[in-house]
Amino acid sequence: MDLGFSEEHEAFREEVRRFLADGWPLKGEEANLKRRAQAALFRKRAIERGYLARAIPKAYGGSERPSDPLRATIIASEFARVHAPRDPGAPISQLIATLASHGTEQQKKKFLPPTITGEMVWCQGYSEPGAGSDLASLRTKAELVGDEWVINGQKIWTTAAGVAHMIYLLCRTDPDAPKHKGMSYLLVDLNQPGIEVRPLKEMNGDAHFNEVFFDDARTPADYIVGRPGEGWIVSRSTLAHERNAVGASVAVRVQFERLVELARTSERNGRPAIEDPIIRDRLAELDGYVTSHEYSGYRQLTMDVRGEKRGAIGMMNKLVSTEIGHRVAKLAFDLAGEAGLRAPLGDRKPKGDPDWMTQYMMSLGLSIAGGTSDIQRNIIGERGLGLPRDFVAQKGAR
Amino acid sequence: MDFGLSEEQLLLQQTIDRFLEAECPSTRLHEIFDGDEAVDGSLWRGMIELGLGGLTIPEPYGGAGLGLIDLALASETLGRRAAPGPFLGHALAGVAIALGGNEEQRERWLPSLATGRCLATVALAEAGGRWDPARWQARVQGGRVTGGKAWVPCAHAADLLVVGVEGGGLALVERTAAGVEIAAVDGVDRTRRLDDVTLENAPCDVLERSRDVGGRVRDAGLCLVAADAFGGATRCIEMAVDHANTREQFGVTIGHFQAIKHRLATMSVEVEPSRALFWYAAHAWDAVPEDRQRAASLAKAHITDRFMQTARDAVEIHGGMGFTWEGDMQIWLKRAMFDRMFLGSPAAHRERVARVSGW
Ligand SMILES: Cc1cc2nc3c(=O)[nH]c(=O)nc-3n(C[C@H](O)[C@H](O)[C@H](O)COP(=O)(O)OP(=O)(O)OC[C@H]3O[C@@H](n4cnc5c(N)ncnc54)[C@H](O)[C@@H]3O)c2cc1C
Repeated sequence: MDLGFSEEHEAFREEVRRFLADGWPLKGEEANLKRRAQAALFRKRAIERGYLARAIPKAYGGSERPSDPLRATIIASEFARVHAPRDPGAPISQLIATLASHGTEQQKKKFLPPTITGEMVWCQGYSEPGAGSDLASLRTKAELVGDEWVINGQKIWTTAAGVAHMIYLLCRTDPDAPKHKGMSYLLVDLNQPGIEVRPLKEMNGDAHFNEVFFDDARTPADYIVGRPGEGWIVSRSTLAHERNAVGASVAVRVQFERLVELARTSERNGRPAIEDPIIRDRLAELDGYVTSHEYSGYRQLTMDVRGEKRGAIGMMNKLVSTEIGHRVAKLAFDLAGEAGLRAPLGDRKPKGDPDWMTQYMMSLGLSIAGGTSDIQRNIIGERGLGLPRDFVAQKGAR
Repeated sequence: MDFGLSEEQLLLQQTIDRFLEAECPSTRLHEIFDGDEAVDGSLWRGMIELGLGGLTIPEPYGGAGLGLIDLALASETLGRRAAPGPFLGHALAGVAIALGGNEEQRERWLPSLATGRCLATVALAEAGGRWDPARWQARVQGGRVTGGKAWVPCAHAADLLVVGVEGGGLALVERTAAGVEIAAVDGVDRTRRLDDVTLENAPCDVLERSRDVGGRVRDAGLCLVAADAFGGATRCIEMAVDHANTREQFGVTIGHFQAIKHRLATMSVEVEPSRALFWYAAHAWDAVPEDRQRAASLAKAHITDRFMQTARDAVEIHGGMGFTWEGDMQIWLKRAMFDRMFLGSPAAHRERVARVSGW
């Protein structure tokens, strides 16, 4: 066991650091560009150097590097340290994976280059009012009419639909096929008369997610990824190639450090809260979870490097991090004390400082988004521990 | 031994509940939650007509002369419906004046509190978490009071403030008096708006018999907040059960899933027994003086903690809908955040429990 990196990898880290020292933030004229343009420009340079879009072939704008989870980890942590733009995160990362594994030559040429630099923004059109956890029961339908798909239906909870250019969509193209076999994966331009995006306000006062209505919306016949009916399988693609379990646990560590800082600066009974035995105990208990998760990330990384299967632990990461997120936010809420009665939301939210009240609410949103905690537990129980599938769900899902 | 409610008490709760169901359904609740006004005039008048302005005010002064347990039962029902408005502050002001006022002061204020002609509130806390009467610093000198009071419910809509002062006593200050400044707090719970109040040589009338009444009023507040939290938590469970019985996924209502059933059962087991805790706390305030402090702090700490977790669980059971502003759950979650911190955190009250228990 050795937690250090090899000389080769340390040299690589140095190289990345030098690149970042010059490269981010942008300087001079470039610093005046819009945020998105700055990020795109920076990503192009990082791709040239082989730091981003490593799983994507050069022909599609990527840097096409051999799979190396250790280098990927170094890049992730060095970029995070200086807040430099990294590869687009979820849900765009899922689209990139899907296109890379199942897209046609034409689709990859057209969509991958602007998507990996962040110039083209996508949202994920999966959930519907009647289809959340049971995604396969979705009803938004698309029919091939001439050389176009004509789409009708509704999506909901679509994060960023208000700012995205394109939506990737799971919809029903064969109503007679069994649920999982009648869906297709379509790429659709949001900017068209047949689509209406209505913002939905979240409990924390933000309006990031939306309803998206399709009323004879159209997309070219060849904007389907995979064949008709393969939507379900296609949507499950991941870039196994560069899965990075460490990135998420680094974020949890950063959040925890902010909490410790809050404990130092808050007061309890006229003394710094961090001197209070109860707070110390709660912080240290939480540190147990955080450190477990952190090193569990390194352990999973090693499994990847050795080409081993992660097994059940790989299915636990989402639940582990959202549970930690809840505990961190709850302790922060307690540390804030009476300040928790004050919670300017939306536009009135204070800028800059970690805003713990909205954090408390957001930690709740994260345990619902992307597969609820119950669904995570089902996955861990059924696929991880080998328990039988829920009888009721199995019967109902047919 | 009879640890149950009377017919009258059940009727009181039922009457309030029916009134709120009719007059403050979800749509109305959201309008008020999103609106600018802290007090919805017609809703508050309706509550006054039900007698909520004077439940504990003695009968000679136009009230119903009931006990704190009755007030707490009303508070439970209001919490259940997340009722917006100035009830909490107004009710505590009535308790304070009845306890601490001399004949003239009671005569002057209590009847108009009972009829709602005068809207009152209590200004207990001071900045820096000073909820405890022993730590109040507002100073009275020559009939004038100076100091800052924090987290005052609906102060800007009130006519009369009952202000906690140095030494744990209470003084009456009229809101329109010179030297009273009020600044709205951007609060998490928009059903119960809060203000900061600054008093600069404001004319005041010290409640004559209030020397040790501040603490009792605060304890009454703890009972009311605990009752509110209990009502809110039980309503969260009901709403989550309703949702589990109607929302279908995988071809069945989600209540079929044992994960959901067990989560709801756990929520219920966490909450339901504590009904007896807030009853006891309110009863102790009325009738078991030696256990008043311990019971009030215990109920407040325990039940508001349960409410937070219950509201959170209920949001999760509602899925994406639970996370929206449009949905109802967010309002109860924010009530839970308020109840947990208002009048002091659970941790502070557990400390007090340990202290007064002689541990
Ligand atoms: C902040 C946020 C952002 C989101 N962004 C997007 C997005 O960009 N694109 C998109 O398509 N969607 C998005 N979603 C939607 C999200 O994926 C769904 O909300 C989630 O999958 C749950 O679906 P639902 O809301 O319909 O809840 P439901 O599926 O109705 O679930 C209700 C409750 O039932 C439980 N439940 C359901 N089935 C089972 C079962 N078999 N066993 C045990 N318990 C079960 C759930 O755990 C939950 O507690 C977002 C959601 C949130 C909160």
